[in-house]
Amino acid sequence: MLADATTHAIDVRQLHKSFGALEVLKGIDFNVDPGEVVCVIGPSGSGKSTLLRCVNRLEEPTSGTILIEGEDITDPDADVDSLRTRIGMVFQQFNLFPHLTVLRNLTIAQRKVLKRSEEEADSIARAVLDRVGLSDKIDEYPIRLSGGQQQRVAIARALAMKPDMMLFDEPTSALDPELVGEVLDVMRGLADDGMTMMVVTHEMGFAAEVADRLVFMADGVVVEDGPARQVITNPTTERARQFLRMFGET
Amino acid sequence: MADSTTRPKMSPRRRSELIRYVLYGLLVAAAIAAIFFADWGRIQRNFFNIDSMREMLPSVVTIAARNTVIYTVASFSLGIVGALGLALMKMSSVKPYKWIATVYIELFRGLPALITIILVAFGLPIAFGWRIPGGTLGTGSLGLAIVASAYMAETIRAGVEAVPRGQMEAARSLGMSHARAMASIVLPQAFRIIVPPLTNEFVLLIKDTSLLFVIGTTPLTKELTKFARDFMTTERNATPLTVAAILYLIITLPLTRLVAQLEKRTARAR
Ligand SMILES: Nc1ncnc2c1ncn2[C@@H]1O[C@H](COP(=O)(O)OP(=O)(O)OP(=O)(O)O)[C@@H](O)[C@H]1O
Ligand SMILES: [Mg+2]
Repeated sequence: MLADATTHAIDVRQLHKSFGALEVLKGIDFNVDPGEVVCVIGPSGSGKSTLLRCVNRLEEPTSGTILIEGEDITDPDADVDSLRTRIGMVFQQFNLFPHLTVLRNLTIAQRKVLKRSEEEADSIARAVLDRVGLSDKIDEYPIRLSGGQQQRVAIARALAMKPDMMLFDEPTSALDPELVGEVLDVMRGLADDGMTMMVVTHEMGFAAEVADRLVFMADGVVVEDGPARQVITNPTTERARQFLRMFGET
Repeated sequence: MADSTTRPKMSPRRRSELIRYVLYGLLVAAAIAAIFFADWGRIQRNFFNIDSMREMLPSVVTIAARNTVIYTVASFSLGIVGALGLALMKMSSVKPYKWIATVYIELFRGLPALITIILVAFGLPIAFGWRIPGGTLGTGSLGLAIVASAYMAETIRAGVEAVPRGQMEAARSLGMSHARAMASIVLPQAFRIIVPPLTNEFVLLIKDTSLLFVIGTTPLTKELTKFARDFMTTERNATPLTVAAILYLIITLPLTRLVAQLEKRTARAR
């Protein structure tokens, strides 16, 4: 079959994760195809962040397999550092490096990990910074930027590695409402350019508009997984119906 | 109980005024007593004897103060390298490293520094028939460095742990190894946090070099305290102590002021 011949960008199989006695992920099967934008929604504590963090192994899965473009990142012998350079990650709290300028934030991993030359790293940094609309902030320190600007720099920092896919963990949740739009615009642009994206979010409007697929999680399991519009307008489970009602429907 | 209800209460302001007058009064009384009863001539001859001061110069600066600074810098440099290693060991996920670091830190923070210095200077040669090279500088600095590294290791560890976890995670998510993330992202940020306490540690070390008298230093390797004490026996007055004290303060005061400045700056940056 044709579907088998294409490799998923992210392929999560029977993923379990416990923190001590607390089982947070209870057998997740889930995948993202190249070029696809998948939004993950669900109530607080349902395990969305944990799932996302398992994908680049910031969190160590208890059991199960995660394949990144066909390579098993959960394999003890996997070169996790090199696999991570293909997976950009954007955090809720931005996590920019406060002791470095915007430019250095964007070049440090390019230089130290990918061993790019200074000229190459700089020109890539300028290009991605231009893409997020912050060329004029190149020599600023992160603390001098607004939350929205910081998050856009964080996106640029991930993009500078030229990753094959991007993970977002509630990228707009820490922002003042008036700053959410500028970050979502950047993400929409990425999606339009064909970036593979897995986005944990509460922004239902964004999900409805940009996502190809929507995954609804609750209590450590995937409850719904389907085309975004269908999951939002016509959820099959009561759990999802309840959750979506809180957002007043789209 | 009955008293407090019957006696008219003094207003709090009136009472604090009264207390202040009493305190000023005591101070004035003490000052008058000091002026009349202290033997100023004697104090001057013993603590501020110009002849004794002349005797000590310039060697008190060119030898003693200089040695104090050299011992401090040497033991601090040695100590900070050891402290960094110990801090990383203590934070290591490899259990035995953690244990070794913990035992070391607890041991040398728990013992008097003098014991450690004696141990290095005399214990080791007796036990193994082998002497630390470098004379007073080598032995003394090593002894002090062993003690200082135990304290500074905890300072460094606290600084590293004060860096938010998200910094390490962001660095790792960009493909940096743990060591690379530590060196490029976490330690530089921890460094800003630990500079003030480490400067304090430096000041403590300056003063701790006075413990090196036990090693029995030669005329050219004496530090300030030993130098002053030996002068006291020849001069038969306490002026050398005054001179040493002033020199210590000349070195330490700017540093403690610097610490205060740095602390204010870090507080503002947060
Ligand atoms: N490091 C950890 N140690 C212990 N428990 C944890 C840890 N990380 C997460 N948990 C727990 O796992 C559960 C799922 O957390 P997770 O952060 O994945 O939820 P979430 O769906 O992202 O929620 P939110 O919408 O609030 O971000 C929660 O009960 C949380 O307390
Ligand atoms: Mg979360």
